[in-house]
Amino acid sequence: MRSVIDIVDLSTEELDDLIKVARDIIANPDKYAHVCDRKKLATLFFEPSTRTRLSFEAAMYELGGHVISVPDAGSSSASKGESVSDTARVVSCYADIIAMRHPKEGAAFVAASKATVPVINAGDGGHCHPTQTLADLLTIELEKNRLGNLTVGFCGDLKFGRTVHSLINALSRYEGNKFVLISPEELKLPSYVKKDAIKSKGIPYEQTTNLEEAMPKLDILYMTRVQRERFFNEEDYLRLKDSYILTPEKLRKAKPDLAILHPLPRVNEISVAVDDDPRACYFKQVENGKYMRMALILKLLKEAGTL
Amino acid sequence: MNIDSIHNGVVIDHITAGHCFDLYEMLHLGELDYPVALIKNVESKKMGRKDIIKVDADIELNLDVIGYAEPGATVNIIKDEKLVEKKVLELPEKLTNVIKCKNPRCITSTEQELPHIFKLTDRENKVYRCAYCETKAQEN
Repeated sequence: MRSVIDIVDLSTEELDDLIKVARDIIANPDKYAHVCDRKKLATLFFEPSTRTRLSFEAAMYELGGHVISVPDAGSSSASKGESVSDTARVVSCYADIIAMRHPKEGAAFVAASKATVPVINAGDGGHCHPTQTLADLLTIELEKNRLGNLTVGFCGDLKFGRTVHSLINALSRYEGNKFVLISPEELKLPSYVKKDAIKSKGIPYEQTTNLEEAMPKLDILYMTRVQRERFFNEEDYLRLKDSYILTPEKLRKAKPDLAILHPLPRVNEISVAVDDDPRACYFKQVENGKYMRMALILKLLKEAGTL
Repeated sequence: MNIDSIHNGVVIDHITAGHCFDLYEMLHLGELDYPVALIKNVESKKMGRKDIIKVDADIELNLDVIGYAEPGATVNIIKDEKLVEKKVLELPEKLTNVIKCKNPRCITSTEQELPHIFKLTDRENKVYRCAYCETKAQEN
């Protein structure tokens, strides 16, 4: 049974196909309004989530399907000691497809290995969150009309940010991209990500601690939050925290067609004054996530022979 | 020093000098009721010095454990005092229940029945990553 746990589970051709379907969904929503009639998506969220859960549920409703869910999966069967494997098997009896979020890394992989319906990883701890990357890719495609020949800046916490690792992996498959990695020393991109996704493919990249200096060359700026708890000492955090807050002043030297992305939730790393700038794409990104989840649900249900 | 030749069993040759006891532990050879010989610091043309383990019993050893711990070791299968098979081991592509994931956020830390599976992601640098959470295996 085909499931999607990590963005690497999808080939470049499949990413392109998903984007094509998502574009078609945006252009012709009525065409898709009943394609999933009587099909059921189970959303199993073992930890709190607002956006991702609502996005999956909205996606299934817009395809004409139904959603079955539990108010808080973490306090139901799991609290009685049921394993992820058993939960996946049981839920497979009720639903045609499962979207699962779990605090433990690898939980979706375990669920997918036992479920008899497709499983979509909606986030497994700090490990993978492939549908966020799909949202990021569609946003870039819609803003730039391409996924290659772009200079993409990643700013903030590049060490622990799973969305950053995943997007770098996806964009590294398209020709002509360059990466600018903007972070404090403490939060630099891990060497294995750099080696696997950037160096081994000969992709040009630069590392800097200065967002303003990097700004003029960027076509895309992917912002992430620098969290206090990631620093070894408070002094370093206080020294650096404001450097990675995006403000209208810092955008003065940016290209007029820059696209600013952020996986959200935002705390204070993008000033609200930036929200009205036409280059701010992070709320469009949320909507795009829904379209890509619709495209992915369709693809997996078709491959499973359910549609 | 004389070690009797074995009739039916296994000889693990070309073990890095000084490592035979680690391998003995990893293979749980201490739990066997058969004769087992650990030979340390034997002269070797190829390695200078090497260790050898001889097990005088027709048993199947976990070759993944040997390949992981001692890539390059040779496993000789002896039947009726004759060498019937010789395998030069390489790092296995996949390890199941050979090493454990130490990431406290990994699903294997809470679901005890799950097998600990690691995949070889960098042969040159002997890097294994957990199949569940992709955390790099720590050398034991």
